[in-house]
Amino acid sequence: MNITVCIKQVPDPNQPYKLSGTRLDREAVQPVLDPGDEFGVEAGLKLAEAHGGEVTVLSMGPAKAMEAMRRALSMGAHKGILVSDEALAGADAQATAQVLAAAIKRNPFDLVIAGTESADGSTGAVPAMIAELLGVPQATFAKQLEVKEGTLTIHRQTQEGYDVVECALPAVLTVTSGVNEPRYPTFKGIMQAKNKPVEQLSAADLGLSVAASQQVAAVNPAPARGQGEIFEDDGTGAARIADFLKNAKVI
Amino acid sequence: MDFAFTPEQEEFRRTVRAFAEREIAPRAGEIDERGEFPVDLVLEMGRLGLFGLPFPEEYGGSGADFTALCIAIEEVGRVDQSMGITLEAAVGLGAMPIWMFGSEEQRRSWLPPLARGERIAGFGLTEPEAGSDSGATRTRAVLDGGEWVIDGSKAFITNVGTPISQHVTITAVTGESKGRKEISNIIVPVGTPGFQAAPPYRKVGWHASDTRALSFDGCRVAEGNLLGARGEGFRNFLAVLDAGRVGVGALAVGLIQGCLDQSVAYAKERRQFGRPIAEFQAIRFKIADMAVAADLARLAVYRAAWMKDRGMPFKREAAQAKLFATEAAVSAAREAVQIHGGYGLMEEYPVARFYRDSKVLEIGEGTSEVQRLVIARELLGSG
Repeated sequence: MNITVCIKQVPDPNQPYKLSGTRLDREAVQPVLDPGDEFGVEAGLKLAEAHGGEVTVLSMGPAKAMEAMRRALSMGAHKGILVSDEALAGADAQATAQVLAAAIKRNPFDLVIAGTESADGSTGAVPAMIAELLGVPQATFAKQLEVKEGTLTIHRQTQEGYDVVECALPAVLTVTSGVNEPRYPTFKGIMQAKNKPVEQLSAADLGLSVAASQQVAAVNPAPARGQGEIFEDDGTGAARIADFLKNAKVI
Repeated sequence: MDFAFTPEQEEFRRTVRAFAEREIAPRAGEIDERGEFPVDLVLEMGRLGLFGLPFPEEYGGSGADFTALCIAIEEVGRVDQSMGITLEAAVGLGAMPIWMFGSEEQRRSWLPPLARGERIAGFGLTEPEAGSDSGATRTRAVLDGGEWVIDGSKAFITNVGTPISQHVTITAVTGESKGRKEISNIIVPVGTPGFQAAPPYRKVGWHASDTRALSFDGCRVAEGNLLGARGEGFRNFLAVLDAGRVGVGALAVGLIQGCLDQSVAYAKERRQFGRPIAEFQAIRFKIADMAVAADLARLAVYRAAWMKDRGMPFKREAAQAKLFATEAAVSAAREAVQIHGGYGLMEEYPVARFYRDSKVLEIGEGTSEVQRLVIARELLGSG
């Protein structure tokens, strides 16, 4: 199986973020491999271990994104492709999907794996767009997955439980953070990652000249969580809490 | 001059730290309270390759070096000293003698399960009446029909009584020449008839680390279990301890860093007299001192590790690193508890555990007094 895992370097989501205009200040916070992508890499590695084949990690980002790429390679991915181009700074979801799809298309592929959304942009749109651009089916929000005789079967996480979704390969798959337990890189893996091949491409190498079709007009902080309601128990506390929860449709 | 770790060493540190914080830290309090050796956790550390760091891949190792081992010990020790000493002793005392003194055949048969972290082993040197005076060893081994027959006892031995313990390498008197005891190293597999590990000790600290007394009563092992040349046992364990001291130094650095991180977080949170105690000079000075201790101990430990990795003599540097780092660790733990006040005495706070775990660092693998003897001997010759 030829598996491509899309990854992204993001500012450490566990650190407070800083804005520079309407964009994240990426210099201010330690960049890391998007924690959600570790599940994608693990899923790819597991499939390659079970079915043979290679895992390629693919990313679009500045030269510094090589650190995130090395992290994925140290987990065991075989090779990498980094699309890095000044002209791509500020690319929106559609531009990103065009670049990634163009990079994937250059070689035969069986499966493209991504997280459900990035920890910084959080559009969650890129994987679906890649599937569309590649003209292959997409199976998304997998909390469990299996590949058998050219068919991908997943348990698709829903509000109520899960749907069983099946599609033929090649396909695009997105995985939730419950799908597996990402391995820790070993020392050996970290040393080997240094010498694994990473192809570096520009937009021109992909024959693309893409531009963002969206502009971020403004950025507002999420409203702080309210104080919550305090019920003083005068003997009717339990009933009032039950009513409150009923109104909120929790029970 | 270059004081930086390589990018790969930094990445390895981040990985071990993430592992320690996610997998070990949440269980540290519980395994300490129950005095339970967590087999599953140790096996997980093994899968990460921590137990094989300084050994070549062909023996099941990770093909890294001693510096990488010190990084791992420090980061594990930063959240849990019991698992830190389990790692340090398994590699430094369990596997290392096989690697350093074993024949090719012995390395092939004993080392790979240890390096892969599937089994652990111990080193049996200390006896009830032979501590710092390890030359006073009484355990005897006599050749009889192609087998060593061993009689005696050992005290305070780490990693030999767990469900995954493979063997213990002991020092034993195998004869006398010119009025001096001839001491040799012998490998005794767990489960050999006549060899017994006593129930675990009740200790002040290191509760989740396995420490036991061992007894040998007509215990017979193959003659081929002699490790290294006959009569070289004394010199060999001294060489093992040189490296072990650097490992214990790394464990102490982890403890100081753990105390520092806990104290910084607590001082910012805890409010007294209307403001965080981090604003009071008395607290700020303690934290500054702790940071200095962490840094200097770290420099001493990694210099010694660096020298060992380059094949340079490092006996004095190892003793200095162990001495300084472990004494600084005891101070750091005491001050961290002081910063936490009454809460520092509550087991809910890791500093309480660090306080109990710190004292042994000044004793195990050579007391502070023995380190001073070693350092002085290097400078002044035998006194």
